[in-house]
Amino acid sequence: MKKNMNRRDFMKVSGGAAAAVAGASIYTGSALAGAKGRVVVVGGGLGGATCAKYIKRADSSIDVTIIEPNKTYFTGFTSNLTISGMVTMEQLGHTYEGLTAMGIKVVHAAATEIGDSSVKTSDGGSYDFDRCVVAPGVDFKFVEGHSEEIANKSVTHAYKSGAQMSLLGEQIRGMKKGGTVVLAAPRNPFRCPPGPYERTAQIAAYLKVNNPTAKIIVLDPKDKFSKFGLFKEAWKIHYGYGTDNSMINWIKGAEGGALEEVDASTNTAIASIEEFKGDVLNVIPDMKAGHVAHANGLVKGDWCPVDLQTFESSLRKNIHVIGDSSAAKGLPKSGYAAASEAKVTAAAIVAAMNGNAAPVPAYTNTCYSVVAPNDAFSVAAVYQLAADKHKVMKVAGGLTPSGDKRNAAHREREVQYALSWYENITTDAFSDGKKLPL
Amino acid sequence: MKVTKLALAIIGGCAISMSASAGGKVDKSVSNMTGADATMLSNTCAGCHGTDGASSGPAIPSLGGMSALYITDMMNGYKSGDIKSTIMGRIAPGYSEDEIDAMANYFAGTEQHRTPQAFDKAKAAKGMKLHDKYCEKCHSESGTLAEDDSGILAGQPTPYLHYSMEDFANGDRSMPKKMKKKVKKLNKKEGSAGMEAILNYYASQK
Ligand SMILES: Cc1cc2nc3c(=O)[nH]c(=O)nc-3n(C[C@H](O)[C@H](O)[C@H](O)COP(=O)(O)OP(=O)(O)OC[C@H]3O[C@@H](n4cnc5c(N)ncnc54)[C@H](O)[C@@H]3O)c2cc1C
Ligand code: HEC
Ligand code: HEC
Repeated sequence: MKKNMNRRDFMKVSGGAAAAVAGASIYTGSALAGAKGRVVVVGGGLGGATCAKYIKRADSSIDVTIIEPNKTYFTGFTSNLTISGMVTMEQLGHTYEGLTAMGIKVVHAAATEIGDSSVKTSDGGSYDFDRCVVAPGVDFKFVEGHSEEIANKSVTHAYKSGAQMSLLGEQIRGMKKGGTVVLAAPRNPFRCPPGPYERTAQIAAYLKVNNPTAKIIVLDPKDKFSKFGLFKEAWKIHYGYGTDNSMINWIKGAEGGALEEVDASTNTAIASIEEFKGDVLNVIPDMKAGHVAHANGLVKGDWCPVDLQTFESSLRKNIHVIGDSSAAKGLPKSGYAAASEAKVTAAAIVAAMNGNAAPVPAYTNTCYSVVAPNDAFSVAAVYQLAADKHKVMKVAGGLTPSGDKRNAAHREREVQYALSWYENITTDAFSDGKKLPL
Repeated sequence: MKVTKLALAIIGGCAISMSASAGGKVDKSVSNMTGADATMLSNTCAGCHGTDGASSGPAIPSLGGMSALYITDMMNGYKSGDIKSTIMGRIAPGYSEDEIDAMANYFAGTEQHRTPQAFDKAKAAKGMKLHDKYCEKCHSESGTLAEDDSGILAGQPTPYLHYSMEDFANGDRSMPKKMKKKVKKLNKKEGSAGMEAILNYYASQK
């Protein structure tokens, strides 16, 4: 009830302005007389959408425009579950009507140039801002023999969801009996540290039922990874990890797990000691901030340094960087963290535009991993900003219990809670009222 | 053994705050900025509980429009470990008494939400009568009155209410004595179908 009322009210107030802009790709300040300030958000993924929405919620007189090339955003999070068929890719698509109904403008184009007071887009548009929020997610550092073109056709990374994730699913479902999946994991830091290992479990969940003699080789440049004990325990309980009959063979860095090259013509991963030929090959490259951040002087090393209270770039004024692209010391590159950064940033921008100081921030992260139809676990953390602002400090949190303390009934609950988290974090960002049919 | 050790090594950082959290204390080895306002704090809960505590389900409960006292009691129960949980026991220790109060008042001031969900019509009709007989006294106005300080049952995700009843039954959460009596009576008279009917009724509420 309340939601609908709000939506209608917003349409009444902002419908005119939104309609006027919809047709034109260029607008100027004069069209927005009366607006308290203008925010342009580059990237309408989880971080960008959440930030836009929370600015508008806090102060509807601020003019907010999202620049995002895709009409549908497919979430990376939960996309691993498409492999075992727990959800479909279609169910993970989100559109922007809910946000436009709130009076947020959405332009479907790619941002190219971020100036000091305007953003230029691939289609020739130009959008003025007082503050810009940059949330382009990640880009990849492909090894020799691998590229986005190859990833689109055969050796997927499937780490931006959407079509490549669907292709990976098809490849696994179409694999010959007793075939081998080779999955290469990236170096730290990368988005969703448990992602490759949840993916391994989801592939195993599918194969266990449909192709039980198949194998999965995980090549890893690291010697340990996120939720290490929990994953190894789950792989063991569900997929025989550690036995002669294990479906999963994890090769760590010290034992030759580091990938050096891909030979796409033979589906071969060339690692530091041996070569691994897969019937399906999935290579998740090392990562860096989104291209647009690199192209616009926002990057130091691979990521974007920021003030942790406002997420304003340490390199450029009035430009904030949030989500996977930011170098937010203390926070992981996850969806929950991106949304948390988005809300802290929204509050800081609203405060600035109303002549107030940035408020004391609060951040949270949680990440669920679904490792079997009846088994999920999580990591949770509550954070505060260190007084000297050098780092975001964890003040509480931890992992789902394992070993003697493993609670099978709670694991089943966590599957339901993981799906609930999905529903709520996407609705919180996109207001699209879309639900997984469960 | 080996695995556990390794796991501990990796989560070394967490281990400190986990042991700190068991006592409900915050890591004081560094000085942090505190004093975030109610909105800032409450917005961190939305990713799981929904915007302003309006959960889309299928299982995480809505917080919208609950009484501040109920929320505070639950948070303190999670924090002390008196109420067993899957994840709140790791989150609640991150907040001081004042912060919990601030969030509780924030959510108490938002609207209640009925999560749309499937239900059986006939069972819901029967459940309505059973609710009136066994539960209405403390979950009044059909399980919608916040001032009862007994949670909001109307439109709360059914799996969550199931879990709550399981927790009450196995002692992971202590059930109010008089509620225990009523639940016992209900079970005696109606068998497990009685509670099922009541939960269908709550699911049917719009
Ligand atoms: C397989 C997988 C599993 C995951 N599991 C989890 C999980 O369980 N829990 C969790 O919390 N997180 C998980 N994540 C991580 C989560 O998806 C990301 O951390 C989160 O999406 C980061 O948000 P973001 O806004 O920074 O980037 P994104 O959500 O990637 O959004 C970036 C957006 O920017 C747009 N963009 C890029 N360049 C431009 C440009 N030049 N102009 C305009 N727009 C541009 C893109 O089109 C995209 O829509 C997972 C990720 C993957 C891939
Ligand atoms: C990671 C997801 C997650 C986050 C973040 C989270 N919660 Fe929860 N919450 C849950 C789950 C799941 C439950 C059910 C208990 C359990 O198993 O932990 C719950 C239960 C509750 C309950 C009990 C509700 C009832 O009807 O009995 C309260 C109160 C609550 N949470 C408050 C909060 C507050 C306040 C915050 C923000 C500081 C918060 N939660 C953040 C997942 C979350
Ligand atoms: C004598 C008063 C009383 C009666 C009668 C009663 N309850 Fe309760 N109930 C409570 C209180 C108080 C709480 C909050 C307990 C707490 O704080 O842990 C509660 C909590 C609950 C919860 C947990 C809610 C949540 O969000 O986790 C459920 C479910 C519930 N009751 C169901 C019922 C049902 C069904 C009946 C009837 C069969 C019933 N109760 C009868 C007092 C009562």
